[in-house]
Amino acid sequence: MAASSRAQVLDLYRAMLRESKRFSAYNYRTYAVRRIRDGFRENKNVKDPVEIQTLVNKAKRDLGIIRRQVRCFTHVTQAGVQWRDLSSPQPPPPGFRQFSCLSLLSSWDYRHAPPCPANFLYFW
Amino acid sequence: MLLRAAWRRAAVAVTAATGPKAAAPTRGLRLRVRDLAPQSAVPADTAAVPEAGPVLRPLYMDVQATTPLDPRVLDAMLPYLVNYYGNPHSRTHAYGWESEAAMERARQQVASLIGADPREIIFTSGATESNNIAIKGVARFYRSRKKHLITTQTEHKCVLDSCRSLEAEGFQVTYLPVQKSGIIDLKELEAAIQPDTSLVSVMTVNNEIGVKQPIAEIGRICSSRKVYFHTDAAQAVGKIPLDVNDMKIDLMSISGHKIYGPKGVGAVYIRRRPRVRVEALQSGGGQERGMRSGTVPTPLVVGLGAACEVAQQEMEYDHKRISKLAERLIQNIMKSLPDVVMNGDPEHHYPGCINLSFAYVEGESLLMALKDVALSSGSACTSASLEPSYVLRAIGTDEDLAHSSIRFGIGRFTTEEEVDYTVEKCIQHVKRLREMSPLWEMVQDGIDLKSIKWTQH
Repeated sequence: MAASSRAQVLDLYRAMLRESKRFSAYNYRTYAVRRIRDGFRENKNVKDPVEIQTLVNKAKRDLGIIRRQVRCFTHVTQAGVQWRDLSSPQPPPPGFRQFSCLSLLSSWDYRHAPPCPANFLYFW
Repeated sequence: MLLRAAWRRAAVAVTAATGPKAAAPTRGLRLRVRDLAPQSAVPADTAAVPEAGPVLRPLYMDVQATTPLDPRVLDAMLPYLVNYYGNPHSRTHAYGWESEAAMERARQQVASLIGADPREIIFTSGATESNNIAIKGVARFYRSRKKHLITTQTEHKCVLDSCRSLEAEGFQVTYLPVQKSGIIDLKELEAAIQPDTSLVSVMTVNNEIGVKQPIAEIGRICSSRKVYFHTDAAQAVGKIPLDVNDMKIDLMSISGHKIYGPKGVGAVYIRRRPRVRVEALQSGGGQERGMRSGTVPTPLVVGLGAACEVAQQEMEYDHKRISKLAERLIQNIMKSLPDVVMNGDPEHHYPGCINLSFAYVEGESLLMALKDVALSSGSACTSASLEPSYVLRAIGTDEDLAHSSIRFGIGRFTTEEEVDYTVEKCIQHVKRLREMSPLWEMVQDGIDLKSIKWTQH
């Protein structure tokens, strides 16, 4: 398999930064952005195509993690806001999904073997 | 129908609006996740009013008390909280097998962080339980021949309390004093070891003053005198390199929620070669090699394993960054404020835990003044009482300086802006409190406070 080109790596970098900026929590957001920048900068002179591909694969897995966690945090905090409003006498607004976080989690495919956290190795 | 569509559009607009707003860095400094119901200061009757904007929460600078979950850790845990919910000790079906596989993977991740074999890791409910198992377990197992233990005066409360309960059972315990730097004197340790000493317990990094004890030297001394060496490494694991074989450590306590893992889980390392025998504290079905019965909580241990793996990869990067931020904090405070003392040895010190005493200012009042920053004076375990910390007393800090100490914690997620904000507010409030202090006035006039004879009324 041909190693990823410079353009692909840059696309991945931009995608990771874009996703990271959507973390609603200040500390996670700033950490992710900073770590991605520092990680890509640290590895910018890697020449070996096999090593580059390994790093790119790890980064793609990390991008998946960021996407899931951003969505999960957003759902949890939205649900939190709605729960607070439920204490008032007003009825909950239509379209409110209390377990939106769990419906997100059902997208984890449980029919296959569980994900292997040992391959959690970080590019950044 | 039109109304519902309009509401849905409005709801989408609100959530879209919070996205870019949350991304602005300076506003984001005190901008946090919306405040959830239990901590909300807004009384219930005003809940009918729609939220004006996001509720601000303080900056978190208390990482020694606990740390936030790393998103990578939560990502590893979630499947085991939702889908793969089997009991890892169920041997007859796939739910059990997959949970067991996850548990064993986590064990390997924890072991590789400290240079141990996976069979030497026992999962517990936290470092407190690990300390209890290590100290009481070893002492009681060898009680027929060995009746003496050694520990230090600056250990965590659970270690000191375990020793105290063993004294009630008839053991003798030597509490070694520490020097002004917070580090123990190795010659005193050697002198304290008796022929009937079974265990020496010294924590690696102190949770209050951040001092690093000379673990490798202590390990060497204990191994040469054939005494078991236990270290409470809750604040050190994943932050400084540790190797149980190089440092000749026989038992080690690990805490999950200090290394960006979940709360309620920890581990104890118990050496197998040469074998350290431990009497189990918790009886039951014989899980965890009989040393800690009870179902192992799969999601929590998966979180602990993931946290250890992330810590191993990020250790160097985090250490460099935290050192830089700590340097920045200390330099900026010290150059703007006189009479500030850093407690603990400046050289053998973990940079992320900074304990400063501000003379002529009361610690609690400074903490209350710094309400935008979550800080602590002394350890969380003893924060309910107003007594000065026993650790500061052990390093010989004056009573008045012990009362004015604040502990700043810098962690993986701490930003430069947070450090700068904390420094700025700290300087502002210390100056303000000192202006109000009659002691400060007297010092400015050149009076030596120690020469004053205070009269009683």
